[in-house]
Parts: sequence; structure tokens; C-alpha cells
Amino acid sequence: MDPVAAKYIGAGLACLGMGLAAMGVGNIFGNYLSGALRNPSAADAQFGRTFIGAALAEGLGIFSLVVALVLLFVA
Amino acid sequence: MANPIEQFEIKTLVPLGKIGGTEIAFTNSALFMVGAVALITIGLTAATARRSLVPGRFQAGAEVLYEFVAKTLREAAGHDAMQFFPLVFSLFTFVLTCNLLGLVPGFFTVTSHVIVTASLALLVIGTVIVAGFVKHGFHFLGLFVPSGVPFWLLPFMIVIEVVSFLSRPISLSLRLFANMLAGHIALKVFAGFIVSLGALAASGGVTGILGVAGATLPLAMAVGLTALEFLVAALQAYVFTILTCIYLHDALHPGH
Amino acid sequence: MATPVTAQANVPGIEHEGASFPPFDVNTFGSQLLWLAISFGVLYLLMAKVIVPRLSGILADRQARISGDLEAAAKAKTDAEAAGAAYEKALSEAKARAQTLVHETRDRAAAEAALKRQALEAELAEKLAAAEAVIAEGKAKAMSSVRGIAIEAATAIVERLTGEAPADAKVAAAVDAVRR
Repeated sequence: MDPVAAKYIGAGLACLGMGLAAMGVGNIFGNYLSGALRNPSAADAQFGRTFIGAALAEGLGIFSLVVALVLLFVA
Repeated sequence: MANPIEQFEIKTLVPLGKIGGTEIAFTNSALFMVGAVALITIGLTAATARRSLVPGRFQAGAEVLYEFVAKTLREAAGHDAMQFFPLVFSLFTFVLTCNLLGLVPGFFTVTSHVIVTASLALLVIGTVIVAGFVKHGFHFLGLFVPSGVPFWLLPFMIVIEVVSFLSRPISLSLRLFANMLAGHIALKVFAGFIVSLGALAASGGVTGILGVAGATLPLAMAVGLTALEFLVAALQAYVFTILTCIYLHDALHPGH
Repeated sequence: MATPVTAQANVPGIEHEGASFPPFDVNTFGSQLLWLAISFGVLYLLMAKVIVPRLSGILADRQARISGDLEAAAKAKTDAEAAGAAYEKALSEAKARAQTLVHETRDRAAAEAALKRQALEAELAEKLAAAEAVIAEGKAKAMSSVRGIAIEAATAIVERLTGEAPADAKVAAAVDAVRR
């Protein structure tokens, strides 16, 4: 296989991880929202933690983007 | 189509010479760093110059910013973390201003360069490590020993904790960098669609009508993405700040 | 990875060989680091020395002012309450004093009235006694004159009946015996 083609295929595959991270972030915010609607008085206190969780989940997806970028431009 | 990577290019404005084989220059990146710092310091100094008891519009804004960061730091890291407040406030305002400045069309985004975000993240982790050792000595290493774990699991847990600690600066820097990078690339790609489909619209005829319809769609998308990027710019500055606060909490209270 | 030049040529985004991804271009790291250190250092110094103390000073001043005002308000409230209590106390004291004054006045008036009445009563009793004495004197006088009249009348009656005048001593003895 052409190494350049393999590189681009690899970058595309790595970007799948971004979609999976999106599921994780969506899961966090969805759960936060359903919890917040059930108990709105407790929602504000957990706002920061929601973003921490979302940031951590997103960070893992970002790694796959970095893998894709490295494949595209560095390797 | 315009190259979406081109906006991240570092352009030398004033070459300053070489230090040990590395070229040192005043670049567009440096210009925007200095600009962001000037904007923050002049803005905040001017807003608080009058020290009025009943704040004006700008002073109220500065106070809201201060209270917001102070509240985040107090809640995440405790009251004794207020000694790090200047650092956290500087990080927040710097990242926020750089992110928002980058959204102005034609402006350079400082935080879209991994070296900048990595330096800031290493500064945070360095502060955490130094503060932890200064405050707790070698007890700071207790951070890596979770309590209430069976002893035969401890070696694995320590390895996991060490790896997770070491991955912190990486994820902290890459998150900010990749968010800004990906957002700007997406904006540029959609803007490129508008230009190429607009060129199709200029050709006239049936393809021209199709081109008008086709160019409107990415335009709407670009407008929506710009709004989203403003949200992301503020959000990533907040996330960077709150993660800094949580890491500082670990430095001050290393027990689990 | 060795990249064939032919494959690289038609890749969008990478137009010419060697133009790497700018964020990963190690050649620019030096100047970026230098300027980041300068600008962020200046920002941190200004934050730590000027802006943060000023902002926290403004907020602390306002906090102090608000708590001071609250304290003053609380003090004013306690002062007002104390003044109210003092007023109540003065009022009740004045009431009590008025009450005692009323009592005193009434007692004094009553005592004076009693004194006057006593004097009046004594005077009246004196007058009564004098009158009674006059009456008794008159009565005694009358009684003594009644004896004379009775003696004269008895003398006259006896003279008319018997035609001769009885001895005065006998008549007097008879009258005395009857009157007794």
C-alpha cells in the first residue's frame, strides 16, 4: 500500500475517536441536565464538576485529533 | 481553496538574531501576546483606576471577572489557595484574551500553538510540584498512594496515579491547543466553501443559482460556528482555570 | 516516514515540501517561548503587584463599608430601642409620681377637711353646751319662779276658800310636798 495513502487512512481512523469523545461529552451533559431538571436547587453546585468531567472526556478525544495531526503533518 | 493551515503560520516581523542556533525574532505571535497583555493590564488598570465604592460599568466588569475566578479557586482549592490567585487570574485572563483576540478575522491565535499552551501547562504543573514539596515535603508523594486500597493493588494504583499525574500537563495543554486549532480550521474550511461556491454563483446561469443556494449554506454554518467558537474560547479558558485550581488543590491537600 | 514526492504534490494543505504544520514547527519555538515568558511574566508581575491588590482592596473596602453600615444600623436600632425603653421607664415613673402626688393631695385634703370638721364640731358642741346651759338656767329660773307662783296661787286659793290667809311657811311646805 502507498505509505501516504496509509497515512491518510490512519488519520481518518484516528478521527473516529473524536466522535466517541463526543458521545462521552454528550453523555455527561445529558446526565447533568436530567439531574438538574430533577433537582434544580442542586444544579449550580455541580456546574463546575460537569465541566471538569466534560473537559476530561474531551481531552481523550483531543488525543485522537493529535494522533491524526501527527500522522498528517509530522510522521 | 485557501489553505486552512496558513492562518497558524508564524511570520517574522522583526528579526532579532540567533541564540544558540535558534532564530529569535519578534513575530506575529509575539505581537499578539504583547497585545493581549497590554489589553488586559491597561483595561483592568483603567477600569479600577477610580476605585469607586459604587462601581461603573467597566469596574463592575473587572469585579465580576475577579469574583468569578476567586470563587472558582476558593471552591476548587480551598481558601489557602488564594496565595496563587495572581497566577490563576493571569492564566485565565491571558488565555481568555488570546482566545477571543484570535476570533477577530485576520488576527493570530496565540493559543493555537502547542508550545504556548504546553508552556502554560508546565508552568501550572511546576507550580503544583514546587508548592506541594514546599508545603508538605516528601508527604507530597502521598498524592500517588490512594488510601483504602488493598496492599496487593498498591503497586498498580501507584503506577496508574503517576501516569495520570504525568498526563495532566499533556492533556491540559493539548485540550486548549486542539480546541482552538480545530475551531479555527473548521471556520476556515467553511469560509473556503463560501468563496468557492460564491465563485460558482458568479458564473451565472443554472449553476449560478445552484451556487447562490450552495454558498448560503456554509455562510450560515460559518456564522453558527463563529458563535460556537466564542463559547469554546470562553469555555476553554474556564476549563484551563478550573483544572489549574484542582491541581493546586492536590498540591495543598495531597491526601485522597 | 519517507514520503514520495509524487504523492505529496497533489495533497491539499501541504503545497510544498518542507512546509510543515506551523504549530509543530520547532524553529519557531525559541522566539515564541521567549516572548511568552516576557509577556506572561510582565502580566503576572502587574497582576500580583497592581491589579489584584487594587481589585481586592476595592472589594474589601466595599465589604468593610457594608458591614460598617450594617453595624451602625444595628447600633442605631439598639439605641432606638434603649431610648424607647428609657421613655417607657420615664413615662411609668411620671405616672407613678403623679399617682403619689394625687394620693398625697387627696390625703392632705382629707386631713385638712377632717381637721376643719373637728374644729367646727368642737365649736358647735361648745355652742350647744352654752345653749344647753342657758336653757338649763332658764329652766331652773322658771322652776324656782314656778314655786313662788304656786305658793302665791295656793295662798290666794286658800284665802278665797277659807277667807283667811294661811301662813306662808305652811303653804310653802305644802307646795314643796306636792312638787316632789
